Amino acid sequence: MPRVTYIDIAGNEKTLDIPVGTSVMQAAVLNGVDGIVAECGGSCMCATCHVYVRDDQLAMTPPMAEDEDAMLEGTASPRRPNSRLSCQLVVSPEMDGLVVYTPETQT
Amino acid sequence: MPGERVVIVGASHAGFQVAASLRQHGFDGTITLLGDEPVLPYQRPPLSKDYLDGKIGLDLLLMRPEAFYRDHRIDFRPGIRVAAIDRAARRVQLATGGHLAYDHLVLATGARNRVPPLPGIELDGICYLRTLAETEALQLRLTVARNIVVIGAGFIGLEFAAVARAHGKHVRIVELVDRVMARVVSVPTSQFFAAAHRAAGVEFTFGAAAQRIAGHAGRVDHVELADGERLAADLVLVSVGVVPNSELASAAGLDVANGIVVDAELRTADPAISAIGDCASFPCVHAEGRPMRLEAVQNATDHARCVADRLVGKPHPYNALPWFWSEQGPRRLQIAGLTAGHDQYVLRGDMESGQFSVFCYKDGRLLGVESINRPADHAIARRILSAGREVTPDEAADAGFDLRTAAARPA
Ligand SMILES: Cc1cc2nc3c(=O)[nH]c(=O)nc-3n(C[C@H](O)[C@H](O)[C@H](O)COP(=O)(O)OP(=O)(O)OC[C@H]3O[C@@H](n4cnc5c(N)ncnc54)[C@H](O)[C@@H]3O)c2cc1C
Ligand code: FES
Repeated sequence: MPRVTYIDIAGNEKTLDIPVGTSVMQAAVLNGVDGIVAECGGSCMCATCHVYVRDDQLAMTPPMAEDEDAMLEGTASPRRPNSRLSCQLVVSPEMDGLVVYTPETQT
Repeated sequence: MPGERVVIVGASHAGFQVAASLRQHGFDGTITLLGDEPVLPYQRPPLSKDYLDGKIGLDLLLMRPEAFYRDHRIDFRPGIRVAAIDRAARRVQLATGGHLAYDHLVLATGARNRVPPLPGIELDGICYLRTLAETEALQLRLTVARNIVVIGAGFIGLEFAAVARAHGKHVRIVELVDRVMARVVSVPTSQFFAAAHRAAGVEFTFGAAAQRIAGHAGRVDHVELADGERLAADLVLVSVGVVPNSELASAAGLDVANGIVVDAELRTADPAISAIGDCASFPCVHAEGRPMRLEAVQNATDHARCVADRLVGKPHPYNALPWFWSEQGPRRLQIAGLTAGHDQYVLRGDMESGQFSVFCYKDGRLLGVESINRPADHAIARRILSAGREVTPDEAADAGFDLRTAAARPA
């Protein structure tokens, strides 16, 4: 299973083995990663599952759809070039080793 | 404060979020979360969407797995109904017997289905869609149903209709007024969604009242309208809105008027009791301070955060912008602000293409924006409305005008 590491603003790390097809958001919620709120349950409607992907790993992640790009305009913490909505990051074998940083606040 | 006891009645979006936010802010007292449903807190929106359709299972419907409650010292108790509040003694009485003392009580009791007083409403085959239990019963029926009648063309009726059509069922929606989602959205949005559902094969009867439901051997057979028309049905979804669960509050002598009445900080007249979410009627700054009772996840969770802030010593008036979403088949509706009561609207984008927004104004001021498959408009509208900025009707209608300019304007 691909492994994804979550690092929060205080530097706490958690690494999860995530089944292919599960989103980075879903895995976080199911495994008690607190920095992801996911108020809309993964419908790309709320922007409370915001993460920053490690700068050199953007190419590992799936391309961004128009919806996600639009909703990233409404994140509570600043949008950066490496911002993604984790509900749209569906884990694939290519994402093994991915590191995401949870932002200071989601709401 | 150490040792302080918070008791939360109702364990859904609002109740769960109070508990989670309290711990997030380092609240060190005890948190008891009481819910009368027999399951861990779960999300309602997928019930009429992905969960109904079997696209996600119970694990992803739950707000958080069981370990979350243990790890965060949240004493969640399923299947427990609070029967009464004893304000003088600051304790709640449980329906199963026994009491629980509180220093602060949060009422997050939500709302329940409105059951219209129709003859035949108790027949087998009459369904509702609010709880997990109701959804599971409905799922079983849906697999074998052939003719479905939906009473009420609100969000839930329409979302259900989209799923039922996708399963090839015959679906007719009966609606009292002349358009869909009339209570909440503008005419163009209603028209667009009605046309989209029709194109998918849903039939509508507008301006019609169901008068009785008739059955054979206890099972539903047809719905009879006021004009005598009979609509064959082996499944009837009743989706005619909800009633706030405010009886606990009124029995305890608290004010109730379309929900439990609270002040700008979401407190009832008893400072030890707050009310939040679908059950609360609060003065809404985005509706000129009028009392509002909203039914939305955003409202439930932002209310919860406001109360949690107060309980950890950072009180502030509630002023979050209301927003809402609905998914009906492939179509996504997002609403920023409250558009009801507008006297003018302009369209941005192109209705024919299925991607447009309706900017709703009253006395020339922007009330809210309904976006259909235009998430960028929605995200920017939220920023504009939250910050109290304006977009003129001319600007909104001008495809060449960049909405971000309006969001960035000085106050
Ligand atoms: C099918 C469906 C789809 C929806 N889709 C969307 C959507 O797409 N977007 C959106 O924004 N909103 C949606 N909503 C609305 C949203 O789910 C509600 O606004 C939200 O659930 C309100 O949360 P709440 O905690 O205030 O109340 P509720 O969810 O009503 O929960 C209240 C809980 O308290 C319990 N309770 C009541 N009285 C007592 C008592 N005395 N003792 C113990 N427990 C008690 C109830 O049984 C219930 O479990 C949808 C709702 C439904 C039903
Ligand atoms: S969970 Fe809501 S946008 Fe990702």
